[in-house]
Amino acid sequence: MQLALINLNHPAHYFSFGPFAISGGNLAIIIAMCVIFIAALFIPFPHSNNFSQDDKKEDRK
Amino acid sequence: MMKVDPAKKWSGPMRPYDLVKEIVVAIVVIGLLACGLAALFSSPDEKAVTLKSWVTAAPADFAQVATGELAGTTGSAGYGAPYNTAAKGQHFGFIKLQDWAGVRIPINPANSFVVEPLLISNDATAIAAVNTWKAATADQRGKWANAYEGALTKAGDKTTLPDPNNSFGPVPAMIDGLSMMAASGALDGALLTSDSTLPTNFTKPMLFLADSDGYFGALATKQHLGGDQWGVMNETGSWPGQSWLWLFSFWYQIDPFKSSDNADTIIMLIMALLTLALMFLPLLPIIRRIPYKIPVHRLIWRNWYRSPASKQ
Amino acid sequence: MSSQSWTGRARRATLEKFKPEDLLPEEQPAYVASWVYVFGVATIAALVMLIASGLVLTLNGPAWWHTSSVGHYVNSVHLWSVELFFVFMVVHLWGKFWMAAWRGRRLATWITGVVAFMASIMTAFTGYLIQTNFDSQWIASEAKDGFNSMGIGAYFNALNTGQAILLHVSLLPLALGGIVAWHIILVRRKGVVPPIDNDVTIEGSSK
Repeated sequence: MQLALINLNHPAHYFSFGPFAISGGNLAIIIAMCVIFIAALFIPFPHSNNFSQDDKKEDRK
Repeated sequence: MMKVDPAKKWSGPMRPYDLVKEIVVAIVVIGLLACGLAALFSSPDEKAVTLKSWVTAAPADFAQVATGELAGTTGSAGYGAPYNTAAKGQHFGFIKLQDWAGVRIPINPANSFVVEPLLISNDATAIAAVNTWKAATADQRGKWANAYEGALTKAGDKTTLPDPNNSFGPVPAMIDGLSMMAASGALDGALLTSDSTLPTNFTKPMLFLADSDGYFGALATKQHLGGDQWGVMNETGSWPGQSWLWLFSFWYQIDPFKSSDNADTIIMLIMALLTLALMFLPLLPIIRRIPYKIPVHRLIWRNWYRSPASKQ
Repeated sequence: MSSQSWTGRARRATLEKFKPEDLLPEEQPAYVASWVYVFGVATIAALVMLIASGLVLTLNGPAWWHTSSVGHYVNSVHLWSVELFFVFMVVHLWGKFWMAAWRGRRLATWITGVVAFMASIMTAFTGYLIQTNFDSQWIASEAKDGFNSMGIGAYFNALNTGQAILLHVSLLPLALGGIVAWHIILVRRKGVVPPIDNDVTIEGSSK
């Protein structure tokens, strides 16, 4: 009953270093998490330069 | 620089915000993302195993483990609380939580997994063997079962052995009967329905199955699910698993924990302690100062720090 | 009128503590302007997806998804929503740590967040237990040792699939929903923590 565009139903690839071993799937999730966090830190937020109180008419999104 | 008391309501400049729009947009975006990922990658579904699939795929392993249940040498036969009193269970110093909780799910593996199922079978030979077994002393039963278990282990792939010295007693007939019962699927039903006729509790068949390193354990090891393989956070196939359990999984990979008989207790206690530390992190000296010392916040609030308003 | 009736006390302790514009605000302090701020709401959105897909999965019983391609797809949505939920929650946690967001009497907000994280882990775990496939069998057989070693296994039996199913669809999501609601109410009540260095006290009062 696998209706996937990308088939993950095969033995996983494991990355090992010392006592650490991580599956490709888990590594991808953890890397994605770090990338998302760093991107959130650096990517400018829309309209984030408006700090005067009169700028309320400007919508954020 | 503008000084504010973080405990007081903010009285500085404001910016427009639309909370309802934000949550609606988030649900739509995340919803599409989840539906898209599901279509792209699907989800794992490795078929469940049964006592029937076990005896079919690994009949010798089944015979050895079943004999081990009679001999009292398997994991569940020597488990202790909450199933029986065969062991004191895990502890950490004087903390003996497993023992203190007591036997609340009483299971005698020899009786529950072998003797009782055979008694409800139609197998006259096996039932006669069980009656011989029940009439014997505990000492005699132990001798038979240990002798047969030793012989089966030595014989490797054999599922049944001759008894030239008459040292196995009724055990081979019982194990043959149980194997046949398992192969027909009747044993799965017998163990499942022994306590309730419409069961949702798999404790008995699962405990029996979990005693099998040669089949059940081997299937898991092949999928990198073993405790010493970071298996806690792994998933069948190539899907991501419970990666949030990485720290819990980590302790099982290193000494002294991985070689400790009390690894579960010690690691659970460590994790409980670390959870409390995370919970009360704002009160911990040094750690609570890290966000001040490593100024990631300068990046988060960079526009604010640059703005004239912050310098008033 | 300030009667001593239980109802009056309850109203003063709840509804009257909030201004409507605090609960559903149309403006935020000017410093709330970074993508780091979106992960709390992203976590809630993933939770909404989890509850929605989970409710669909309950309609036809726990084994439906093994035999139906629609069921399997809904199961996949449920799984990927879990992955997204934890990704967003952890990034949210990182963000709040680096902002030292517990400053200004916001310790309770931090604690309810950590409790929500733990409740999520338990809820996800019981979800893995009730897949009714090989993965759930193996997880149950391993987890029972962990719970038994703490004396918990005598009360929460990982091998009792029925118990895990009911916990996963009733008590645990209710508890998680409750703690998340409390967390959000605290955030709305206290407001978003101001930038570090703008504090009156450098330590920030966390209590």
